[in-house]
Amino acid sequence: MSVDVTIVPTGLANIASVVAAFRRLDVEPRFANDSDDIARADAVVMPGVGAFGAAMGRIDEVGWREPLAGRISAGRPTLAVCLGLQLLFEKSEESPGVHGLGAVPGAVTRLPGEVTVPQLGWNRVTPDERSRFVEPGWAYFANSYRVESVPDDWIGTTADYGGTLVSTVERGGVLACQFHPELSGEWGSALLQRWLDAAGRDS
Amino acid sequence: MAAPRVIPCLDVDAGRVVKGIRFQGLRDAGDPVIQAELYQKQGGDEIVILDVSATPEGRGHAVETTASVREVLAIPLTVGGGVRSTANAQALLEAGADKVAVNSAAVDRPELIAEIADRFGSQCTVLAIDAARTGDDGWEVVVNGGRTRTGLDVEEWVRTAVGLGAGEILLTSWDRDGTRSGYDLELLTAVTGAVGVPVIASGGADNAQHLVEAIEAGATAALIASILHDGITTVSTLKESLLSAGIGVRP
Repeated sequence: MSVDVTIVPTGLANIASVVAAFRRLDVEPRFANDSDDIARADAVVMPGVGAFGAAMGRIDEVGWREPLAGRISAGRPTLAVCLGLQLLFEKSEESPGVHGLGAVPGAVTRLPGEVTVPQLGWNRVTPDERSRFVEPGWAYFANSYRVESVPDDWIGTTADYGGTLVSTVERGGVLACQFHPELSGEWGSALLQRWLDAAGRDS
Repeated sequence: MAAPRVIPCLDVDAGRVVKGIRFQGLRDAGDPVIQAELYQKQGGDEIVILDVSATPEGRGHAVETTASVREVLAIPLTVGGGVRSTANAQALLEAGADKVAVNSAAVDRPELIAEIADRFGSQCTVLAIDAARTGDDGWEVVVNGGRTRTGLDVEEWVRTAVGLGAGEILLTSWDRDGTRSGYDLELLTAVTGAVGVPVIASGGADNAQHLVEAIEAGATAALIASILHDGITTVSTLKESLLSAGIGVRP
């Protein structure tokens, strides 16, 4: 069973790693051009490296806001990675005044000064037992900003770095990861496979 | 908290590993893809590839090497060596590097750090430094294979670089590199005290105890090269020793 995966190019870098990870799972992703691609896709990936404001600017410029927000609200298979997770929320300290997709309630804040910033490294992920996709393990993080708590109506997992930080939120076919599953070794690859399997069943 | 990282480093010249592991019955010890895969399998937390090619033709292989390694690598990849422009950085990131490292080009033109960080983000931008002790209690930046002593104070340089957007420092002790006498702990303490970004210790590691000391001195990662290449130890063995010593690396 092969799933049609469409990547939304929200950031400048990081796409090569995501593409390579899917290819290792025998999936050849394609790239979204317009908003119809996003609405029609079986499964969508929002990668993200870069700044909140710049990414939302790009999303609004191309008209991706509505279809992305629509997919998230409907719980259709969507994987958001790193900045991608942050874009789902309402706003971020990184770019004051910029509206995120607002599909998940809450705000993104900067890591506190007591810890090394950015967080660059492997951290333990402790899943909520109701999680459909996430097993306990180690994931690779590369972030200076984070969400501090899992909102109501979403299932989440957390990690510890200068306090609690949200490592994933999920609902239906939507899985958002603060870490990089494509850079998290075999554990990350297994996570991607579970998300793909669910996307194949859901769509 | 995030685990301290053990990072194997490959020196690559014109697409071939300069000192590949020769003790594992590998089909081709000079192939960067095979070496990187081996380190990944042994539990390496990231891979650093440094291009040490002497010629532009040699350096021309770097993008292809990056792309080939990316196909098999599910852990972070940093590529450095001869990165002189945002265009170089972009080509490497598009080919599959997660981070790019700049060294002497940034000393020549510090704005390069800001150009890369502004475009691609601080978490993609690593400043690599070769630090040599000066007569008194300090260190200066050396470039050009150690042949040129710049007189630039290392602590000042890292502060400048972080201010420009460098998200990580790869700090090599020029004096210790290759000596197997341990990392320069005073250098590490000074630099980790000067900036709040992650610092990777490099130069001088011989055994797990050296890695323990570097981590206790504030490094969030330890780069290792010759002890792996010469078959003295493996990433797995080092990590087992670190865990026994109470250092919480990713198992």
